[in-house]
Amino acid sequence: MMPEPISLAASSVCVLLVAVGLAPLVMRSQRLLSVLSFTMSAVASLLAVIAGGWTVWLGLTGRVVLLIGLPDLPFHLRLDPLSGFFLVVVGVLSFFVSVYSFGYIKGFLGKRSVTSLVVFYCLFLAGMYMVILSDDALIFLISWEVMAATSYFLVIYENERIENRRAAFLYMVVAHIGAIAILLSFGVLAGLAAGFGRFGGYTFDAMRAAHFPLEWATAAFLLSFFGFAAKAGVVPLHVWLPEAHPVAPSNVSALMSGVMLKTAIYGIIRVTFDLIRVFPWWWGAIVLIFGLVSAVMGVLYALMQHDLKRLLAYHSVENIGIILIGVGLSMIFMAFHLPLLAALALTAGIYHTLNHAMFKGLLFMGAGAVLHATHERNMEEMGGLIHLMPWTAALFLIGCVSISALPPFNGFVSEWLTFQAFLLSPSLPSPLLKLLIPMGAALLALTGALAAACFVKAFGVTFLGHWRGHHKPNVHEAGWSMRAGMIMAALACFGLGVFPTLVINWLDTVSGQLLGTRIGASAGVFGWMWLTPVAAERASYSGPIVFLGILAVVVAAYLLLHVRPGTIQRVPIWDCGFEKINNRMQYNATSFAMPIRRIFGYLFHVKQTVKAGAERGHRAFPKRLHYSLRVRDRIWGWIYRPVVEASFWVSRKVGRLQQGRIQAYLIYSFLTIIVLLVFLR
Amino acid sequence: MNIAAAAQINSFLAALILLTAFGMLVQRRMNGLIHLFAWQGLFLSISTAIVGFVAEQHHLYISSVLTLSLKVILLPYILHVLMRRLKIQKEVETIVNVPMTMLIGIALVIFSYHLMAPVRELSTLVTRSTLAVALATVMIGLLMMITRRHAVTQIIGFLALENGLFFAATSATYGMPLVVELGVALDVLIAAFIFGIFFFHIHTTFDSLDVEQMARLKEGD
Amino acid sequence: MNLYPFIMEILQVLILLAAAPAFVGWVRMLKCWSQGRSSAGIFQPYRDMLRLFSKDVVLAENASWIFRFTPYLVFGTAVLAGGIIPILSVDLPLAATADVIVIVALFAIARFFTALAGLDIGTAFGGMGSSREMTIASLAEPAMLMAIFTMSLASRTTSLSHMSEAILSGQPVLRPSIVFALLAFILIALAETGRIPVDNPATHLELTMIHEAMILEYSGRHLALIEWASMMKLFLFVTLGIAAFAPWGIATSGDALMLPFALFLLALKLGLVGVGLVLIETGLAKMRLFRLTEFLGAAFLLATLGMLAYFILE
Repeated sequence: MMPEPISLAASSVCVLLVAVGLAPLVMRSQRLLSVLSFTMSAVASLLAVIAGGWTVWLGLTGRVVLLIGLPDLPFHLRLDPLSGFFLVVVGVLSFFVSVYSFGYIKGFLGKRSVTSLVVFYCLFLAGMYMVILSDDALIFLISWEVMAATSYFLVIYENERIENRRAAFLYMVVAHIGAIAILLSFGVLAGLAAGFGRFGGYTFDAMRAAHFPLEWATAAFLLSFFGFAAKAGVVPLHVWLPEAHPVAPSNVSALMSGVMLKTAIYGIIRVTFDLIRVFPWWWGAIVLIFGLVSAVMGVLYALMQHDLKRLLAYHSVENIGIILIGVGLSMIFMAFHLPLLAALALTAGIYHTLNHAMFKGLLFMGAGAVLHATHERNMEEMGGLIHLMPWTAALFLIGCVSISALPPFNGFVSEWLTFQAFLLSPSLPSPLLKLLIPMGAALLALTGALAAACFVKAFGVTFLGHWRGHHKPNVHEAGWSMRAGMIMAALACFGLGVFPTLVINWLDTVSGQLLGTRIGASAGVFGWMWLTPVAAERASYSGPIVFLGILAVVVAAYLLLHVRPGTIQRVPIWDCGFEKINNRMQYNATSFAMPIRRIFGYLFHVKQTVKAGAERGHRAFPKRLHYSLRVRDRIWGWIYRPVVEASFWVSRKVGRLQQGRIQAYLIYSFLTIIVLLVFLR
Repeated sequence: MNIAAAAQINSFLAALILLTAFGMLVQRRMNGLIHLFAWQGLFLSISTAIVGFVAEQHHLYISSVLTLSLKVILLPYILHVLMRRLKIQKEVETIVNVPMTMLIGIALVIFSYHLMAPVRELSTLVTRSTLAVALATVMIGLLMMITRRHAVTQIIGFLALENGLFFAATSATYGMPLVVELGVALDVLIAAFIFGIFFFHIHTTFDSLDVEQMARLKEGD
Repeated sequence: MNLYPFIMEILQVLILLAAAPAFVGWVRMLKCWSQGRSSAGIFQPYRDMLRLFSKDVVLAENASWIFRFTPYLVFGTAVLAGGIIPILSVDLPLAATADVIVIVALFAIARFFTALAGLDIGTAFGGMGSSREMTIASLAEPAMLMAIFTMSLASRTTSLSHMSEAILSGQPVLRPSIVFALLAFILIALAETGRIPVDNPATHLELTMIHEAMILEYSGRHLALIEWASMMKLFLFVTLGIAAFAPWGIATSGDALMLPFALFLLALKLGLVGVGLVLIETGLAKMRLFRLTEFLGAAFLLATLGMLAYFILE
């Protein structure tokens, strides 16, 4: 008998838990521990991919009620196409990252204990799988907390640096504020589903069956959107993300940026489309607006960074925004009863979810390889790495091309689908929306172009030109396991970009489950080569032909030009006849972004100072100039600093109660008893 | 010329009027600003004539000629003379940067469309769709007065605003009665003259036409 | 199987390869005349290219494979785009490969790699060019998308062939939205193809060049390919505009007799566009880099007004 997908998925969680259980037994041999844990997590990821892929392919729904849990409140698990899809997203990337980690972790072996890293790594994966599989509020929140707590420990892994501890603390605070909002949201839904006095409503099935009055549903939606947005790093709740993601070990950064944020997207889709189901259009408008703001602000902040991993972290904010644009458009279309268009927009959103997991995982792995080799995160100190790390450079370039939404790679397909969804907005009945939604398309185009600029900068400054730093370390190419992880992710980026029709036919059951309509029928009318989201007359794209066409012309031109043997002469760079060019004369990350910083400067807090050095010389011709630039998030000053200051103020006030004298404390207790006796007679 | 074609040309002219309004919003040169204003007047006058023809309201021809002579020839001429006399600098100073002003302008167009949607449902005139454009022109004129610092640009903003009102009248009700229109035309002319006189005084008092200088009139505390 | 569309396809690519330098030569000739200089004739770009192709390549010591790969890629994307944009006929087998958004993205991939090549050698000029090019591209992109949006409103498609067909089959109507979209498109095309007032294709002055700065280190056949591709890009933008706004005369069905007529009209339209381009280029001065926000902002404004005009007035 074939095992059911859900038992496969559950066994994958069990494999991870066994890996955790084995850790104390083999921790004497750190090398064995790491090999064992990452092998088991790779196996678990494969199991999850098979279970999820199978479920989505056939559109199955399986459920299990666990015997464990609170008294009378057993845990429910469920695997339907939506959770299957996210299981694949998480599983595929965690498989790649687990393979990559074999090599990456060698950098830590012998320097520090990796036990906590591998244990929390496995628990983190298990937490994400459980979030996706859970079918009641209780286990969902428990898994959510497991995921948050383990990722906290992973962020703080290199805990001797103060910035890591601060980042982890900030992450913990925001994660918990978000979790409280999600808890409250589920409380509202569960209360309405079964009455506030009873507990029966905690299962998602009960919520699905219930009908919610609009005002309560809105409260639940806003709370859950706030909570999930905090996890996903939606602007203005994104401040923890660029702090926490860069300081974690790179394999963990890849997972956090690539897939952990996606559990929040999963939560938003699950709560709105599956649990609440009926909603007004302006919910979608809220999601769309936050998506647009995140996309534009994320990429603009990313452009200002010169720390490679921080730059990538800000791009996660951007891409989460793009995904939310798709989701928000889908909600708007759904509220106006245009299920086909809603299916198109939702497909665009979740396709981008998958794509982002692949290319962001790849990019973080590449950044990890660079960090591993150079011990440097600051791009201003890098350059010319393409000659020393050709594999990493080529693979990182594929990630850059994918994330910049350039054909024939995968980022382009999902952005193109999002554009198509935007272009169909004139069929909305509301005149105001018809006029306003196209502005969103323009913002998305701006985002895409800025992302391309940002990755020209990231790749160009890191890998091209000359080494910019003062001391050149002994750089080496990444090891085979690291390369294998990145090669697989790069192939996934390529495959998802060139064969979009196959992918859409596969993930079509998700929109079938949530919206009752599929686009696969129209998207693949002309076979696997052509993608026609609505109709062939409307718009079409063929990934294979674009790829083969460019390839054919490139090869033909190359061969034609090499018929006649020509020589290539290698010469030093032409320095215009002046002094010798040195490596500090190159454009670097800061100077590359200067025009954009100037044009969009009012969105940041830019502080730029130029000071003449102390050396003697004429005032107009100083010998040495000191240039300093600080670009900060305005949102920090607007929203967070007041909150921080207010909480400090409150703590100071509360702190006055602390007298240090035992009598004073006794008086407090005594007064409390008196007050309670008076009011609660 | 049939009515459908006339309506099409009229809406095209409406689009051009909107374009000139935006052009004035983003134009930096004073000369260009005055030329754009003259163009707007020209489009307005053609549009009025066409509406007069379609609706067979012959008094609109008079309004059209009045617009032509007043807003295309006389007022721009006065403004040119004023500029030359006062030796006004050629660059227009703005308070808000230009791309931002454009975005606000676009938002105003959408807002006026939203505002006029119910009227559009009720009206039966062929010109009803241009009403939103007329309202938008009024608002953009006002926006121009707000975002510019120079006194001459303010009067151009005021005149553009008046153009919008006039256009609204022709497209909403096929024009106001002739007497009213004559009166309004006279008012505009007189307003322009009064502005001109004021400019001389402001110029002699402050040696500049930057309206920010007026803040100095406030009593110190 | 009907071979006719395939013949048209091949013919189109050949015309693109052959006529793009002639168009640039025509523009240069007109420009010389308008400025009272004597011109080198319409065929000078061919001679230049021939010269470059016959020279050996000189590479900087630290040029990586990206630097050597970029010319071929840029050339490849231009040729592919030439197979998709309806230059002669709307009935093309490759037409469904890509809609306008994909074509814009094809140019974007060429730009991405050119910018990387600019950073590859590690000179200040290359980086300057890349930085400016990517900045201008990011400002042009929203305007471009808005123009596409406006064009797609009336024809309900983003596929260029279907767009042309929609215009050919419809009544000739004076649409404000299309006029606005056309104006916006002209501004964007000036920016994308690096013409005055955005970039000066003839300059080698350090502070003003953008595209030339990125490709400053190229030589020999690499430079020839890049120059050829940039001529094709100009040609393609012009034909894209013709296909989207004035396709009249393009071959629609499998009628071989339409071909000479279509060719003649294409040449005529290109000649006229050349005159217009020269008028713009001699009438305007190159803008400061930071004035370009206003220039491309105006393009965005026009495209948006087109979209609004469609909903409000039509």
